[in-house]
This record gives sequence, C-alpha cells and structure tokens, in this order.
Amino acid sequence: MNLANLHLLLPEIFVLSMACVILLVDAYWRKCLHGIAYQLSQATLVGALLFTAFISVKEPVIALSGTFVWDSMAKVLKLFIYVITFTVFLYSRQYLIDRNLFKGEFFVLGLFAMAGMMVMVSAHHFLTLYLGLELLSLSLYAMVAMHRDSAQASEAAMKYFVLGALASGMLLYGMSIIYGLTGSLDLTTIAGVIAENKIEPMLLKFGLVFILIGLAFKLGAVPFHMWLPDVYQGAPTAVTLFISSAPKLAAFAMLMRLLVEGLGSLNVDWQGMLLFLSVLSMALGNIVAIAQTNVKRMLAYSTISHVGFLLLGMLTAKEAGYAAAMFYTMVYTLMSLGAFGLLLLLSHAGFEAENLNDFKGLNRRQPWYALIMMIVVLSMAGVPPMLGFWAKWSVLSQVVAGGFMWLAVLAVLFSVIGAFYYLRIIKLMYFDAPTDNAPVLKPSADIHWALTLNGMVILVLGVLPESLMTVCRVALS
Amino acid sequence: MFLESVLIFAKIIAVVAPLMIAVAYYTYAERKLIGYVQIRIGPNRVGPRGWLQPIADALKLMFKEIILPTKANRYLFIIAPMLSIAPALAAWAVIPFADGWVVADINAGLLYLLAMTSLGVYGVIIAGWASNSKYALLGALRSAAQIVAYEIAMGFALVGVLMAAGSLNLSAIVHAQATGYGFLGWYWVPLFPLFLIYFISGVAETNRAPFDVAEGESEIVAGFHVEYSGMLFAVFFLAEYANMILIAALTTLMFMGGWLSPFQGTGLEAYFAWMPQIFWFFAKMTLFLLLFLWFRATFPRYRYDQIMRLGWKVFIPLTIVWLVVLGVMILTHLSPWFASTAG
Amino acid sequence: MVQFIFYLFATVLIFAAVRVITVKNPVHAALHLVLAFFSMAAIWLLLEAEFLAIALVLVYVGAVMVLFLFVVMMLDINVATVSEGFTRYLSSGFLVGLLILLEMVAVVGSHHFGLKAMPAPTPMAADAVVNTVLLGNVLYTEYVYPFELAAIILLVAMVAAIALVMRPKRWSKYVKPEDQVVVKAQDRLTMVKMTAEKES
Repeated sequence: MNLANLHLLLPEIFVLSMACVILLVDAYWRKCLHGIAYQLSQATLVGALLFTAFISVKEPVIALSGTFVWDSMAKVLKLFIYVITFTVFLYSRQYLIDRNLFKGEFFVLGLFAMAGMMVMVSAHHFLTLYLGLELLSLSLYAMVAMHRDSAQASEAAMKYFVLGALASGMLLYGMSIIYGLTGSLDLTTIAGVIAENKIEPMLLKFGLVFILIGLAFKLGAVPFHMWLPDVYQGAPTAVTLFISSAPKLAAFAMLMRLLVEGLGSLNVDWQGMLLFLSVLSMALGNIVAIAQTNVKRMLAYSTISHVGFLLLGMLTAKEAGYAAAMFYTMVYTLMSLGAFGLLLLLSHAGFEAENLNDFKGLNRRQPWYALIMMIVVLSMAGVPPMLGFWAKWSVLSQVVAGGFMWLAVLAVLFSVIGAFYYLRIIKLMYFDAPTDNAPVLKPSADIHWALTLNGMVILVLGVLPESLMTVCRVALS
Repeated sequence: MFLESVLIFAKIIAVVAPLMIAVAYYTYAERKLIGYVQIRIGPNRVGPRGWLQPIADALKLMFKEIILPTKANRYLFIIAPMLSIAPALAAWAVIPFADGWVVADINAGLLYLLAMTSLGVYGVIIAGWASNSKYALLGALRSAAQIVAYEIAMGFALVGVLMAAGSLNLSAIVHAQATGYGFLGWYWVPLFPLFLIYFISGVAETNRAPFDVAEGESEIVAGFHVEYSGMLFAVFFLAEYANMILIAALTTLMFMGGWLSPFQGTGLEAYFAWMPQIFWFFAKMTLFLLLFLWFRATFPRYRYDQIMRLGWKVFIPLTIVWLVVLGVMILTHLSPWFASTAG
Repeated sequence: MVQFIFYLFATVLIFAAVRVITVKNPVHAALHLVLAFFSMAAIWLLLEAEFLAIALVLVYVGAVMVLFLFVVMMLDINVATVSEGFTRYLSSGFLVGLLILLEMVAVVGSHHFGLKAMPAPTPMAADAVVNTVLLGNVLYTEYVYPFELAAIILLVAMVAAIALVMRPKRWSKYVKPEDQVVVKAQDRLTMVKMTAEKES
C-alpha cells in the first residue's frame, strides 16, 4: 500500500472524523449542551482551514495510487470552500432555530457534503470524482428534505433526488465508455491514451456527450436546468443558501478535472457543446427571471445565467480562460452568499421572506441591510465598481481574446436584460412604501458583522480586484 | 461428459436422500425429547416405540387436500414452498462431510452459503403475501425483518471465521483448525463470542423458538403458512428442518473442527483412529441439533421488539468489536490457533 | 455447453427485465427484478467472476430486494392510477427509445465493440489465484481511498434516513415494565386532608 503522502489528506480525514464525533456527541448530549453540534462544526471548519493552510507543497502531488491530487487549485478552492461553509452555517443559525431545524443532523450532513466537495476538488480519478459527487449530492438531498412537515420541501427533495440520480447515471455511463476505450480511470493516463490518437474519435465523443450531460445537470445549465428553480424555491432558505454557494466551486473543479485534465485533447468537441449550453443558459436564465415574483426562484434563474457565464470562461480552452471562470465562480458564491444571507435575515419565526414584495421599503425599515442588498444586487448585475463587474469583465475579455467576438456581444446583451430584474429589487427597496409593519428585528451581532463583511468584501474587492484574480491565475498555472 | 453428469447426480442423491430421512427422524426426536422434558412419553403408537410416526405423518400430509384460498395468488402460492426449500437443499452442495467428501469443493464456499441462506426468506415473504390473509402477511413481515436483521450478525460472525482461516473454502477452514491441541484448538475458543452469536442467529434465522414470532401460534395463528395444507405445508416443514440441520452442520464446520477428532494431536488420538471422520462430524452436528430442541422446550418466546433489539443493538456491535480483537490476535500470531495464519 | 447456458440465462434475464416494467402488480415487478438479478449473477459466474456474482445475490437479492418487497407489500399501491399514463405515453416513449437505440447502435455497434475489436481475454488458469483474494488485495491497497469514500457514503445514507424519518415517540403509550413493578400504593393514591364542605 502506498501511503507515502497521507498527510496531504489530513484535512479530509479531520473533517470526516469530526463529523462522526459530532454525530455521537449530538446523539448523547444534545439535551444538556445546546447547540454543541453547531459550535463543533464551526470549530471543525476552522481546524480544516488551518490544516489545509499549513500544507505547503510546491509541485502537484498525486497520491494514493493516482486517486488523489494535491495542487494549488485544490488548495485555493478548499480554503474558499471552508470559508463559504463557515459563513453558511453562521447565517443559517437563527433561521434554523426559528424553524425547529437546529439539529445536529443539519450540520453533520453539511460537513459530509463539504467533505464530498473536498474530495471532488482534489480528485484525480473517475472513481473519486464520482464518489465525491455522490457524497455531496446525497447529503444535499437529505438537507433539502430536512423540513419534513413542508410539502414543498419534500417535493423539491424528490425532484432533486430523481433528476440528480439520472444525471449521475449519465455521468457514470459516459465515464464507463471512456474507461472501456482507454482502459484506465486515472485522469493522467486517460489523457495520455487519448493523445496517442489510436481510438476512434467518434466513440470518445460518444462518452464525452454523456459526461457533459451529467455535468450540465449538476451545474444546472440549460437545457438540464429543470430541477434548479424548484429546488431553490422548495428547500428551506438555509439549505438553498448552501446549495447555491459552495457546491458551485466543487462543480467548477469537476469541470476542470474532467474536461481539462482528463479529456483535454478533445477540447474542440467540448468547446462546441459548452458554447451551446452557455448561450442557452444565459438567454433563458436572464429572460425567465424577469417573470418571477418569488425571490428564491428569481435567484435560481439568475444562477442559471451565471452558470452560462462560467461556461463561457471554460469554453475558451485556455489557461487564462479557466482562471477567469474560477474567478467568476468565486465571485458568484460570494454574491449568492450575500443575497440568500439577507433573505435568511429578513425571515423570522413564522415568516418566510421570499417574495419580491417583502423587499418593499426596506430602506426605511433597515437602511443598513438595504445598502448591503443593493451592493450585492448591483454586483450580480455587473455594475462597474462592484466585484461582479470584474468577474464578467475578465470572462468577456478572455472570450474576445479567444476570437468569439459575437459571443461576447451576446453575453453583454443578455446581461443588460438581466440588469432589469436586479434593478427592480433596488427600486422596491428604495422607492416603495413598506407593506410589512412588523417591528424591526435585531439580528445577533455575529450575523450582523458577517453580513456587513460580506457586503464590504464585494465592494472593496471590486475596487481592488487584482488580488483575487492573481490568486486564481497562480492557482491554475 | 455423460458419466460426469451421472456421477454428480448420484452425489446429489447421496446427500439429499439421507437428509430427507434425517429431517423425518429429527421431527420424531423433537417430539420425543420435548415429551421427556415435559414428563410425557411422546408418540408411541405407530410402530415399535412410535418409530414409524414420521412415515405416518408424511403419508398423511401427502394425501391431504391442498386448499387454495380464494383470491390468493395461485402461481406464487404454489411456488413459495419451492422457493423456500430450494436454497435449503442447494446449500448442502458445499458442505464437506469428511476430508474430500463434498459435492462441489468451490473456493468461495462460505460466500455461496451466505447467498443461499439469504434466499430462504423469499419463500416466507411470498407465501405470506400470496395467501391473501392478514395473519400470513403479518407473519411474513415479522419473519423478513428478523431474517434480515440476524443475517448481518451471522455474516459478521462468518467474517471472523474467514479472517481466522484466511480462506472461504469450507474444507480449508476445517483444515486450519487442525492445530494439534485437540478440541481446544478449534475456532470456538478464540472466536467464542462469534460462535455463540452465530448459533443464536442461526436459531433466529430458521425462525425457531424462542425466536418463532413469525409463526407465533398464540398471536398470529401460524404466521406465514397458516393457509397452507397438505404437501405444500410439508415442503415448508421440510425446508425449516433442513435449514436447522444446515445451521448445525455449519456451526460444526466453522467453530467445532468439522470432521476432526476432538483428540487430534493429543496422546489419545491413536486410540480413536479407527473412528471414521464422518462419525465425528455427525456427532457434533447431533449435539447442536439437540440444542435446538432443548431451546424450544426451555425458553418462552421473545417479544418482537426484543428480538430486534438483540439483533441490531447487541449482536452486531459485539461482532464488530470482536473482529477488532480477532485482528489483534491474528497479528500477534496467538498460538496455537493463529500460529501460521498470514497477517 | 457454456454458450447454451449463456443464452438460457440471457433470455431469462431479458424476459424478466421486460416484465419488471410491463407487469401491473408492483409485487410481481419486484419479484421479476429478483429474477433478473439472479440470471445476471449466473452470467457473471460464466465469466468467472464468482465473487461479484455471489455478492450480487447476497446483497441485492438477499437484502436489498427483500426490503424493497417489504415496502411494496406494505404500501397499498393503486395499480390503476399508476398505469394510467402508460398507454398514453407509450407511443412517444417508444419512438424516443427506438431513436436512441438506433443512434447508439450506429455509434457503439459491433464494428467497434465486437469480438474483432475487443477479443475475449484468455481465461486464467483454473486455480491460479482466487478471485476473492485478488479483489480484496486491490480493494484495500490501490483503491483504499475510493473504498473508504464508499463507506462514508453509506454512513451518510444512514444518517439521512434516520434524520428524515425518525420522530420522537409522541403518541406511543409506552410504559416501562420495571417502573410498573416497583410502583407502590402511595404512588397511585394520595390521601388529602380537607375540611368537610356542606352543599349549600
């Protein structure tokens, strides 16, 4: 057994062991130590962050018989995933307490899901990629269904589960075709065998199509997006927040590992397919979002359009393009975190803030949060000083550099259409009279400061975007 | 090719025919033994001392009418008893009665046994469902849950055996127990908890007292076979007893040294060398078969939730703990059992 | 001989698989699925993958399908409503299925995956190495990481199942027998002193 580089797995091992510990502690002491699961989970995330940060390896290392890889992309994405998950747990706390969902299982499943993301991020093997994806998805299905008495949540979980299983089946089928052709599950070996050009390209394309369909399902790219709005709307907002943030980073990593590292020499084929997915996603996401009155559903369609943008960066098939896509994904998770975090904050016991009208006159009632929401929304729309602008800018400049001028024009056009529904939220917040006359609520200090920080990061990094951009570029070089 | 097939067929007959006779006289032994435990005489009318009683019972069942309940699923109703006896008989293919006396000496024998014994539950479930009777369905559900629960404990106990022997072949497992310390060298000593759990799970798996809630005549009449009569009922009966004999044989093979003499490797071995190997095998089997009957005569029936608790919360954790202990024993090459086990 | 056995089991397999989706009664469908698994295991045995074959029987037939049947029997599934859409969607479903089949045959037909392109591997010597030992060795060395991940996934499934269905005993009138045994008369009956009252 080759356990030479086992220390590289320390973060994964730590998170998984802690999840088991939390499970036990919560089972025996949930009565006397209230909220112990939450505190331990946050401690676990901090611990994992330290473990990951202190592992410094210059060159990419492939360990455990080729199933695991440690490179700078894995490190950066893992660190980012910890931070995002930490914030998700923090934002969700009050919401979960109000809805009697503040249980150990939520955090344990969350940690397992995060472990799945970590596995995906540093997978170097079809098997580990698939298992990581399943670990993530399975935990998410359960988290969506967690609110057992809500028929909407159960329906959402059911749809998510059935379509997710279908997508996994597609992915697995594509993987098995590629495995049959190349005789290996190891990404490097696969890339090597394909580069030899001895395999009938038609068959490779056949496998690639299935893999891509599976990926598109998981990402929620049109035309495989059907589950996304229903799940976003049906799931408890805390879970929606989780689904819409960290897993996107893992999905990006999966795209990188599968398409670039494994099937990189088929780039001509997947470029065309991604182009198709990307244009459709941007068009449908931005146009349908206009018709929504439910904020969660609207944000779901906005996610679809953002996925389109992410794919734009990928389809340039150049390192700079990948870096732009990674940058875009990170920025997207930050914005999503802010938007859903505010929705969580505005909801309270017995009340779900999920309709557009709930934002009416927010400025008069809670000006500070209205300001943060404005920053987030402007960033999503891609208005210049915000971080979202730079994300769109970096992707578009790569697209133009790749020679897809018309595509860039199309993307800008759809963004302009999209700006309408983002700006509508600002109008509702600042220019309409409030309908809700409930007393203004005071969130606990940690949530208040976290949200403030979230908004400030979007604003400050928007002024100085170069630091995050450099991180992405270094991570991928 | 042809000769080979005939030989295989003859072997199968040589195993199954005595097995059927054994089942018949096992029922006789059961009635007699329980009779003595309860200070009665037991059957004594048919033939000398009642020796022909099982034959008479068999004849009676053969000539009884088979009643199909209305709205029962005819096809499944008839196929259910066959599904229950087929695995019970098929499992005997890999049982070595003595060194080399085995129908099929396959490498994955232990796995094959696990697979076959796990199929027996279908007969029970289908019978319960196809009868279109509430008692039958209740019995089937109870039995299915019970069998699934105890199968896991049983499987873990078998994992212990295969760790100890390093092989899935039953003959190899018996050979591995020939350590030269007589009956103390067999696996029942180092694997004592697993041995107990395996046998008790075996009792539960065959739905025998005190775990016979699937039949539970005082609660759900007779459970899954309440609607069966005549030959179909007889087949269920055969399957149950064939399974009991199988469990006894397996316990013997895996924990009690199979056909090995209890004095193997000691000074007494030479004095008993004239005993055929198969004698020891049958002697040990008989011991376990009598235990089955003794349990039935002694213990009151478990409550259903108690059975489940015992299976899931006691046996499974215990087996897992003992697997760890066993791992340590193997790695330290604990003499005499694991002196030569690779680890 | 081997070919005959293969075609026998393959026919049974296809028959059973088709019946799983065409049969009306869900219990029958589940039983046909059992038959399909069983025939599949037999075919794997022909490929000398005895461990996989027996594991299939043990896990799927012996455990998974038993629980499946268990649930299907308990649910009172209305056959009429379930099969309502069947004929309605049959024509379009059949068309789409046929189209996909044709496309797939065109791409992955026998000219790429036939015996010529992928010759049958030479079988290993009969008792060279035991299948189970080989698998075990690879599973715990080369594939230890995916193996452990699979274990974690099962744990998650367990946690999720318990989190989703376990409810506190709200309605059960469970009484502990040991409490009943130690109960004393004064626990049940309290003598209260009070002044006599006259009805007005």
